[in-house]
Amino acid sequence: MIEFEGVGHHYGERVVLSDVDLRLPERRVAFVGANGSGKSTLARMINGLVQPATGRVLVDGLDPSRDGRAVRRRVGFVFTNPDSQIVMPTAGEDVAFSLRRGGLSRKERAERAAEVLAEYGLGGYADHPAHQLSGGQKQLLALCAMLVLDPDVLVCDEPTTLLDLRNKRRFVDLLAGLTQQVVLVTHDLDLLGAFDRVIVLDGGRVVADDEPEPALRHYRTLVT
Amino acid sequence: MMIGGWYEPGSSPLHRTPAGGKFLVLLGLAAVVFVLRSPVWLGGTCAVVLLGYGVARVSLRRCGQLARTLVPLVVFVFALQWWLLGAEQALVVCLRIVAALAAANLFTITTRVDDVVFAVERALRPLARFGVRPDRIGLLIGLTLQAVATLSGVAAEVREAAKARGAERSVTAFAVPFLVRTLRHADELGEALAARGEGDG
Repeated sequence: MIEFEGVGHHYGERVVLSDVDLRLPERRVAFVGANGSGKSTLARMINGLVQPATGRVLVDGLDPSRDGRAVRRRVGFVFTNPDSQIVMPTAGEDVAFSLRRGGLSRKERAERAAEVLAEYGLGGYADHPAHQLSGGQKQLLALCAMLVLDPDVLVCDEPTTLLDLRNKRRFVDLLAGLTQQVVLVTHDLDLLGAFDRVIVLDGGRVVADDEPEPALRHYRTLVT
Repeated sequence: MMIGGWYEPGSSPLHRTPAGGKFLVLLGLAAVVFVLRSPVWLGGTCAVVLLGYGVARVSLRRCGQLARTLVPLVVFVFALQWWLLGAEQALVVCLRIVAALAAANLFTITTRVDDVVFAVERALRPLARFGVRPDRIGLLIGLTLQAVATLSGVAAEVREAAKARGAERSVTAFAVPFLVRTLRHADELGEALAARGEGDG
């Protein structure tokens, strides 16, 4: 379970989060809010990419600012722009890169990578240059590179922002079928219907925390 | 050397030669080219490299890409050197450039990056006891090659944007967004590496 206890954060003078208290046992949780509302910062705290200035975060009882390595082994993270997360020249090598610490041989890593790629619709792309994949395929590759490690939690920071409608749908359907707990930061409100819980942030505070329909209704009144 | 782009699958003898061996030959060739001073020998070296393109059956399209990059460079350097040092010296310098760049490009076309990374990691493994981390160096090479692809993509987009605003001749209209996006890419890449456990030891 993910817990935030009195979490606050600021970049210089600008306060981005204050007094966030949340316990997230649900399997499908979304963070929604305007640009600069603090939702991406909150998501980054789950795997210790950003450390809270006040308060603390716990993932299954572990504090990411102290046990960063252990937490990152449980928490996968998918970013908005797949170009920045793909670190190896071909799709297969990039997925295999995630496995470099697992003690598998080079051949085993390549085989496992090919399996995972095939499972998520990128079969046959293992030797394909990663930067020549389409936007949707690149985001799938980024997802594969995380799922190959079988994390308990998957945090996705606006993963569908750069995708067209079809690929957005495909990506979210894929997320829906995962066994992992998913924390999704998004602006694509119509993709949240099947979520267990939607948390709306505004000016660094939680302003709504409910099932999708009432939470999103609140968010819409906020922006109009 | 990313003149003509990336690996092109093939089954020629050059494709099948192990990456480590090819890499050493490439380094050796570069050294020889810079020691040679005779235009005849340098011309011969160029011919051998070009023969390599035939052996590897590199597509005409790729050869054309190489020529489009090399010809303006060579013309510019030749003119400059001729003016500064004279015709013979200019010829020697240009033949060196052609031999070295064409050979490096041939290497990229016929060698998979993964194989280069693996060869380097294997060659450096004995140095691990002196604190060298072969996996880190392998990652560095992979990231460098990936960065070349990403940054050329960014450069193309920035150039398009400048053109759309009618500022294709402005240096600032290119340099400022290019630098900003490069730095942002560096930040995002750092975050992504951290999220994937790189740096966790």
